[in-house]
Amino acid sequence: MAANKPIPPKPLSFPGGIHPAKDGKSLTEKKAVVAAPLFDRYVVQISQNVGAPPKLVVKVGDAVKKGDLLAEASGFVSVPLHAPTSGVISAVGDAPGPMGTLVPAVYLDADGRDEWTANRMAPLDWRTAEPAELKNRVRDAGIVGMGGAAFPTHVKLSPPPDKKIDTVILNGAECEPYLTADHRLMLEQPEKVLVGAAVMARALGVENIFIGVEKNKPDAIDKLNELAGKYGVKVVGLKVQYPQGSEKQLIYALTGRCVPEGGLPMDAGCVVQNVATAAAVCDAVESGVPLIERITTVTGTPLAAPGNFLVRIGTPVIRLVELAGGVTEEPRKLILGGPMMGFAQRSFEVPVAKNSSGVLLLAASEIVQYDSAGCMRCGMCLRGCPMHLSPGPLSMLIENEKFDLAAQNHVMDCLECGACAYACPAHRPLVQHMRRAKAEIRKRAKK
Amino acid sequence: MNTILIAALVCGVIALVSGLVIGVASKLFAVPSDPRVDLVIGLLPGANCGGCGKAGCADFAKSVVAGENPPNKCPVSSAEQISAIAHALGIEAGSSFKQVAVVLCGGDLNQARQHTLYNGVYDCVSAAMVAGGPKSCSYGCFGMGSCARSCPFGAIEIINNLAVVHPEVCVGCGTCVATCPRHLIKLVPAEAKVHIFCSSPLKGPEKKKVCSVPCLGCRKCVKAGAEGQFTVEGVKVSVNYDTGENGLPGEDVVAAAGCPTGCLMTVAKHLETEYAELAEAKKETENGRK
Repeated sequence: MAANKPIPPKPLSFPGGIHPAKDGKSLTEKKAVVAAPLFDRYVVQISQNVGAPPKLVVKVGDAVKKGDLLAEASGFVSVPLHAPTSGVISAVGDAPGPMGTLVPAVYLDADGRDEWTANRMAPLDWRTAEPAELKNRVRDAGIVGMGGAAFPTHVKLSPPPDKKIDTVILNGAECEPYLTADHRLMLEQPEKVLVGAAVMARALGVENIFIGVEKNKPDAIDKLNELAGKYGVKVVGLKVQYPQGSEKQLIYALTGRCVPEGGLPMDAGCVVQNVATAAAVCDAVESGVPLIERITTVTGTPLAAPGNFLVRIGTPVIRLVELAGGVTEEPRKLILGGPMMGFAQRSFEVPVAKNSSGVLLLAASEIVQYDSAGCMRCGMCLRGCPMHLSPGPLSMLIENEKFDLAAQNHVMDCLECGACAYACPAHRPLVQHMRRAKAEIRKRAKK
Repeated sequence: MNTILIAALVCGVIALVSGLVIGVASKLFAVPSDPRVDLVIGLLPGANCGGCGKAGCADFAKSVVAGENPPNKCPVSSAEQISAIAHALGIEAGSSFKQVAVVLCGGDLNQARQHTLYNGVYDCVSAAMVAGGPKSCSYGCFGMGSCARSCPFGAIEIINNLAVVHPEVCVGCGTCVATCPRHLIKLVPAEAKVHIFCSSPLKGPEKKKVCSVPCLGCRKCVKAGAEGQFTVEGVKVSVNYDTGENGLPGEDVVAAAGCPTGCLMTVAKHLETEYAELAEAKKETENGRK
């Protein structure tokens, strides 16, 4: 299949994938976004983007205003970090990070006044602004991919000159079970999403803009369709299939193009952004607001009142749990992100980062402890894999530490979406095997 | 009868001719090999552990004969073996001291709290990628035995979810040091019998929450020991293995210091007494239940 050649009609889906029978979205999909109150302390992790961590510019005792710079970008693949509210820096030190280890963070004690900084960025008229100006604004606002990857958005908007980009795709699929933050965003602030899309299209100089939304959100599709014509955006309903929101699957579903092995979306002439990222871009351009808050779904059956909240970056998860009415049942597991690709957390003190789309609590009754068995060659994982890999045989290679053979069998193409592990009747920890192999192969390549 | 004779004759002739060809070829195409390399290979332990940085013992023997490496680069060979190699080659042996590995963590199942249930891949490297594994301490031993499986000499044992090194079996090749995802294993001089079995850089109270044998950084051991026997980095205290004039701390320091948690202990204690007893008791109760 040649790249850059649309194949009509659009597939609107992709081969493989799974659909969890109980997707948990009904817990929060009808709950309107509620702005979280101001808390007394925020813990802002310094490294919240893929690439170089930003360089700290404040010290203990400094008074900062909302939107003031906490850390500045330290390279091209790096974004600055801003204060979520006004207050005093009480400490700079370690805080529990999303991966279970301690990570450097800034502790900000709020003064309760929530005053804006004097150096707030001026609003831009995106219809007349230069593309370079828009890209700089996106970078200065500290915007990263808010769907989970935390890749700096301005880098995606600056493709190398030899790559021809002709399509901007917004990811409104929200295929992760339980999460409804993007759904509510599209429903309540469709204008922001569409403006953000138009801004990014202008920054890239392309006309073709798609928003892919899974068909289980018909209200969001209708809402976007009402306004989409004004911004030249095409809203497309997609089949409900996990992982529809993955870049490569989304590109295939919307354009019929395939991203080559080891390639990036730009190799297929596309730039994919999350809808939340688009809304943040709109805020940055139209009102000069840096990325200091985001919509996060706080959900799970142990919570008394799960919902969608507009929270400041750096809010400890424990505050969000309190905000959602506290727990009625002892939670057994805390996951940052969705249940498929999110990370189990060690501590409720872990703060919300720019890419935290959800906080999920699971009760003991919802967690099954199982022992994994040997592969029975049933092939369920092959049917589930959206990347046409063979997770079962790969896992056996990796168990025997045959990493070179695993690399030959394209383990590096694994998305870690978890469809194979979900499908496996033997409960094999397939994704964990893949992750280990990928880490090991990367380590060896570095040597 | 005739058939058998012919068959025997044909086979005999083929054998003779090919024998001749091989004989001539071995003389004609002989590759001159250094007899000293074979000699050194014979004197090396032959474990092919890679501790010297070479691909194996044969590779190391070549480099010794070529003069690239001194014989004492082999961490496995004892001083006598090294001097034998040096004597055979007529070169300087170089000073050598035996090193052994030690796992600087004392948090087994009874000491370190378990934070989560973990039912993923039973391997430390894999566990490190999932929220830092099941133990509450983010700096402690996983006890899933990646090091034990990597050890070419079988010197590491997992007792009650804690890796311990048997110093009499360990040869100090350093394979486990490279394997441990938490970097808890250190190569130390074989004479060092006392260690601080904690590698966490956290503050005392934080550690106390998750483990009953942490180093609290009270420095009682620093005061009890002679000067230069311990090094202090922030909160973390560790034994100074670069032996100064006062040497390494001995068992008398353990008694004199009275470590409040007991993380300053001898290798023997780490290995056997209390821990092994507890493991044994646990096994017995389990058997009793069955």
